[in-house]
Amino acid sequence: MSTITSEELSATTLLRFATAGSVDDGKSTLVGRLLHDSKSILTDQLEAVERVSASRGQETPDLALLTDGLRAEREQGITIDVAYRYFATLRRRFILADTPGHVQYTRNMVTGASTAELTVILVDARNGVVEQTRRHAAIAALLRVPHVVLAVNKMDLVEYRESVFAAIAEEFTAYAGELGVPEVTAIPISALAGDNVVDPSAHMDWYGGPTFLEHLETVPVSHDLAHCHARLPVQYVIRPQTAEHPDYRGYAGQIAAGTFHVGEAVTVLPSGRTSTISGIDLLGEPVDTAWTTQSVTVLLADDIDVSRGDLIVPTKDAPATTQDVEATVCHVADQPLTVGHRVLIKHGTRTVKAIVKDIPSRLTLDDLSLHPHPGQLVANDIGRVKIRTAEPLPVDSYADSRRTGSFILIDPADGTTLTAGMVGESFASPEPVKNKSDDDGWDF
Amino acid sequence: MTTTVAETEEGTAGPYALSHLDSLESEAVHIFREVAGEFENPVILFSGGKDSIVMLHLALKAFAPSPVPFSLLHVDTGHNFPEVLEYRDRVVDAHGLRLHVASVQDYIDRGVLRERPDGTRNPLQTLPLTEKIQSEKFDAVFGGGRRDEEKARAKERVFSLRDEFSQWDPRRQRPELWNLYNGRHAPGEHVRVFPLSNWTELDVWQYIAREGIELPEIYFAHDREVFRRGGMWLTAGEWGGPKDGESVEKRLVRYRTVGDMSCTGAVDSDAVTLDDVIAEIAASRLTERGATRADDKMSEAAMEDRKREGYF
Repeated sequence: MSTITSEELSATTLLRFATAGSVDDGKSTLVGRLLHDSKSILTDQLEAVERVSASRGQETPDLALLTDGLRAEREQGITIDVAYRYFATLRRRFILADTPGHVQYTRNMVTGASTAELTVILVDARNGVVEQTRRHAAIAALLRVPHVVLAVNKMDLVEYRESVFAAIAEEFTAYAGELGVPEVTAIPISALAGDNVVDPSAHMDWYGGPTFLEHLETVPVSHDLAHCHARLPVQYVIRPQTAEHPDYRGYAGQIAAGTFHVGEAVTVLPSGRTSTISGIDLLGEPVDTAWTTQSVTVLLADDIDVSRGDLIVPTKDAPATTQDVEATVCHVADQPLTVGHRVLIKHGTRTVKAIVKDIPSRLTLDDLSLHPHPGQLVANDIGRVKIRTAEPLPVDSYADSRRTGSFILIDPADGTTLTAGMVGESFASPEPVKNKSDDDGWDF
Repeated sequence: MTTTVAETEEGTAGPYALSHLDSLESEAVHIFREVAGEFENPVILFSGGKDSIVMLHLALKAFAPSPVPFSLLHVDTGHNFPEVLEYRDRVVDAHGLRLHVASVQDYIDRGVLRERPDGTRNPLQTLPLTEKIQSEKFDAVFGGGRRDEEKARAKERVFSLRDEFSQWDPRRQRPELWNLYNGRHAPGEHVRVFPLSNWTELDVWQYIAREGIELPEIYFAHDREVFRRGGMWLTAGEWGGPKDGESVEKRLVRYRTVGDMSCTGAVDSDAVTLDDVIAEIAASRLTERGATRADDKMSEAAMEDRKREGYF
């Protein structure tokens, strides 16, 4: 490590990924091995784990202590919540959303997957694809995580047999394909023995693909987002009003999707006013083009009314605005979401009042069946919701844009984050997408 | 055998992929602008340490060419490194910023806080900090905390709600989905905001090098009178070191973190440039807190317990 130059270190890209947790599948071991073999566990951290393990009379260090950071977690031996971990190789930096596999799995996995570009689903080679695996695949599909890795773990316990791996990979890939998961990479590993995690296995000559870490290092990141519909939610209006910049009026925000160019005709939503981009400042430096996920400041040729909460889009590619939002949601709060509930909806940089008009169905993740008109959604439920907003919102389909197609519902009384929402159809269907005006056609 | 539904293309970055530093920078700027857009009276905790210096640099870029729309708050333990205080005042002047100071010494002089037997003042910072937040009615308080620092911090949200007593309840945190941060809070409550949540120590140093950010000189190797206590090199000073039996020697050292002199240790180092420092950090087998902070070693949950009380 000591020979790396700062240029080499700076040139790397960042991959955000999430693990799909379930109990006893070896997730902690895999995370532990990744951190350990990428030299991300440092001496003092390991010593602290050894010290505590020894004081409890354990003979070997309990690596779960590395990740269970809270007093209650250590006392109860459980993981309460998503934790974020960091490690790096020469080729890439990684942010791992480490999601626990206990009771609150759905909301935790949704939280972790919302920012992830890759999800790892672990399967025990002895058990194959089980209900929990299908549930994880469904959430990855629902959240439209671009890359899914099926890590078939504990290959050492099935004599490293190719047939075992091939059968599991085939079954999972077929299931994920039905859900519309765009890409599955299956890798046979043993997290405990270290096969194909960081180093290639000596026991599986029949496997010619990358190791788990190699795949993480080479999978493409965010390259497709620049070609999506361009969207800039306005966060803040920058108006110095100084002698040096008397007339500067810039609209600051992080590009949610696509690419913007100087000279481009744009429309500001929801007002619908139009203008032309006269300049783009990339954190103080003028540029001709900017793309997702850069934080920029856009200057317009005309003096039109633009404020926080507005969405700047290309005039030729503007979304419709609507006050009736139909979405798939995951309920994340302990208090239920009911029909008639008055909420706030935060979409992009805009927060408006809204009311839950209908909850047409609740999804059973295990078999993807629908429970019609459940009346309410409780913590960890996934369902379809119709929301009427007090002001029009320029929403995209979540399938087109994870950022402008997502929202959260907030309890106006105490500020609790209630629900995570994804606009439009939830799962890609092999059949034609049904007409949105067809109320009975909830197509999960 | 890799089973793919769609072929994975080999190679990493397309033309539109951001470098990891650009990606972290853009995310942090987004967080600063969200706070500017949603809160009435935010403040940046500024210690003169590298993390708060990077925060200020990001804030300057986020609102350019406007000035930063936040004031700064320093919790002065009374045992700060003079080089750091000098740096702090110079930066505040250079950018025309407003600085609030919450003074631990003040609280000790008034008899509200009592000096601890071990002489460390780090835990004493919590009361002056939380009282200043209440009296100035700050509703968003930026901190330079990073999730890689400590395992309780690995659980911290970017927007972290604190009650009217500034307490953190790790079991009642709001899930953070996409980049939709929820800053709603009741009067008297405030939100701690951590724009560097996803940065590591190495990221911070690489960013400092890339951006050419000036730091207090104690971050680079220099000769210093130090003595050994609790496995660390502490600087001699009026704060109460060395004691009997501890002997001062001159060593070539630098600091990896900057905090209260009574509990912030120096490391042996000959790193005099940013590249030297980056090479040293990349090769280090110790975390910065493990190497240099006495107070984190007090108990298994020292950081969590302090955070629960309102520490940053």
